Amino acid sequence: MATEALTWTNGNVSARPLVDRLHGWVTTVDHKRLGIMYAAYALLFLLVGGIEAAVMRIQLVAANLTFVSPQVFNRLFTMHGTTMIFFVTMPLLFGFANYLVPLMIGARDMAFPRLNAVSFWLTAFGGLLLYFSVVGANGLYGAGNAPDVGWFAYAPLTSPTFSRGHSTDYWTLALLVSGFGSVGTAINLIATILCLRCRGMTLGRMPLFVWLILVMAGLVILAISPLTAAQIMLLVDRYLGGHFFDTQAGGSATIWMHFFWIFGHPEVYVLVLPAFGFASEIIPVFSRKAIFGYPAMVAATVCIGFIGMSVWAHHMFTVGMSSNANVFFVLSTMAIAVPTGIKIFNWLATMWGGTIELATPMLFCVAFLFQFLVAGLTGVMMSAAPFDWQLGNSYFVVAHFHYVIVGGILFTTFGAVYYWFPKVSGRMLGETLGRVHFWLFVIGFHLTFDFMHIPGLLGMPRRIYTYEADRGWRVWNLIVTIGVVFQAAAVLVFLFNLYRSYRSGPPAGSDPWDAWTLEWTTSSPPPDYNYAVLPVVKSRRPLWDIKHPEDPDWRYE
Amino acid sequence: MRPGRVGMWCLIAAETAVFTIFVVAYLFYAGQSVGGPMPADVLHTPIFATVCLLSSSVTIHLAVQWWRRGAMSAFAGWWLATIVLGAMFLAGTAIEWRGLIHDKGLTIQTNLFGTTYYALVGLHAFHVTVGLACLSLVSTLAFLGHVKPEHAERGDVLSLYWHFVDGVWVVVFMVVYVIAR
Repeated sequence: MATEALTWTNGNVSARPLVDRLHGWVTTVDHKRLGIMYAAYALLFLLVGGIEAAVMRIQLVAANLTFVSPQVFNRLFTMHGTTMIFFVTMPLLFGFANYLVPLMIGARDMAFPRLNAVSFWLTAFGGLLLYFSVVGANGLYGAGNAPDVGWFAYAPLTSPTFSRGHSTDYWTLALLVSGFGSVGTAINLIATILCLRCRGMTLGRMPLFVWLILVMAGLVILAISPLTAAQIMLLVDRYLGGHFFDTQAGGSATIWMHFFWIFGHPEVYVLVLPAFGFASEIIPVFSRKAIFGYPAMVAATVCIGFIGMSVWAHHMFTVGMSSNANVFFVLSTMAIAVPTGIKIFNWLATMWGGTIELATPMLFCVAFLFQFLVAGLTGVMMSAAPFDWQLGNSYFVVAHFHYVIVGGILFTTFGAVYYWFPKVSGRMLGETLGRVHFWLFVIGFHLTFDFMHIPGLLGMPRRIYTYEADRGWRVWNLIVTIGVVFQAAAVLVFLFNLYRSYRSGPPAGSDPWDAWTLEWTTSSPPPDYNYAVLPVVKSRRPLWDIKHPEDPDWRYE
Repeated sequence: MRPGRVGMWCLIAAETAVFTIFVVAYLFYAGQSVGGPMPADVLHTPIFATVCLLSSSVTIHLAVQWWRRGAMSAFAGWWLATIVLGAMFLAGTAIEWRGLIHDKGLTIQTNLFGTTYYALVGLHAFHVTVGLACLSLVSTLAFLGHVKPEHAERGDVLSLYWHFVDGVWVVVFMVVYVIAR
């Protein structure tokens, strides 16, 4: 199997009219195009969700401001949370999974290409439905428009009495529709990974990214479905006059919390596992060493998948549960730090003694290692119920989960964009601008989220639209907002870099990073059919075997 | 492993999670209704409908077996029998609901029992309806002569879904008509 001989046609097809090309994108079932559309869609919503966050930070920059009204502030944090989880992070990671999994396992497409397209469009319309609420939800005179019940929409706030008009219905329907899309994609990913691997690609030889996506897809199936069920119940309550969450008729508000967090906590692992996958692909290549402890990494991943299903009620310590329930969820939450710790040690051991090359993808992954460690440590702190009673619902919690989602997931995702952009576009992303992006984002991230812990410790609750000047929170809120300026600048640099490199970046060639997984054997961008001849692999690093026939990996595995 | 089978098993896993949440809600709220009617006052065990639905699992299994062997008329007969049995189950549910709503005055708004009962049984009936639509599509295609023995694998995948719907009914039946009576 020669590296370059796999592609038989060249990519230079003469340009077709715009309408033709658009029609091609809308009707495509190609996993690569759908992957790109997922990512582009997510970046669009990243801007929207980012602007919402920025407006909230302007409102909180000093005491007693009236930049936005309390009602608008409620809508902003609801839309920010819902957008960032469901319409930024999930589609972005699904986009990467869509694009990379078939290439990495030596397949020509996903198992069900049309289901793949349906899933994407369901997710896309879910996002549109959520934002259509801004114009469509004014069902009653004086009722609010955008959803304002918080991203976890606790009962009885969502009951028709307290949430008039249709804003909550748009929220419910948006999540229901995009949830169907997510489950469709998860089914597709599992069937693809289990059934379409090329010859020689045993489960034990799959790239770690594919392993992590497999476990992520399993979690999506088990986690999104309870959310779907809960949303159906909420719709029954709101439209048919049911009593699931109606405390007046004997219903329970607490059971909504359980149902939501049975989805909500595994969702965190749905988001973070692909991020682990990025780190597990990028760190070895830029340390010039094979990943340390592959079997332990796989075992830790599966372990996280299982334990991740049994920790949800640590979101509910402050609600008041029996001491038995508290003990169970404290212990399971602490236990999940163990497999996560195994992963961090394995990444460090991969770097140990390697020839580390600090290109932009690696910079983001190194920052991820530090930041994710801190995020994990504050997580272990709050897993202790008494500590959580003190700090639950404070800015400490907000700082903790932004440390996970921004410091962990977004950082590796940026690294992944720099790493795989050459494969997707055929051009390198600018390295200088990449470094500017990285440092601006590191500075902004730490200004915002390091200092956000402190007002939390000082007792500042989350979701308040303003505060009194004498609480001692002013300087910390000022610093937090200043960090947002750096983060916004970093994202603009990133978008400019994407645009400029796409137009005029240096050609990448098929394998710019001297990497080892199968996607780098095909041209950049890959042809429609990915591989003219399906590859055959004998080890976890098939490209190493090709490049080093005198010392192939399969002798040692 | 065939992708179709793996995909269907994954869908079944997702559906199981959905039904689990509804069953948990039903059991959690059993006996919590503020006012009547209560399950013991109004529910009658739907033995006949249950027998219809469970035996449709046998008929679809036989249909797929004949399909594999290429005996297309035997396949069509058992397949139609499955549709008829499924439809009889739905008719049973319809009659039961008519009695509850019209004669007993129990609607989804009446009390917690009504909400959880119609939601759980209705969710299952919805899945039976979707299954019947798929089965009818296959028999329409068979009637037009498009169904060939080499498509038996697809019928097998569809039958997995039908067996799942039957299995869910066993759970719903136990929960609604036996345990939380």
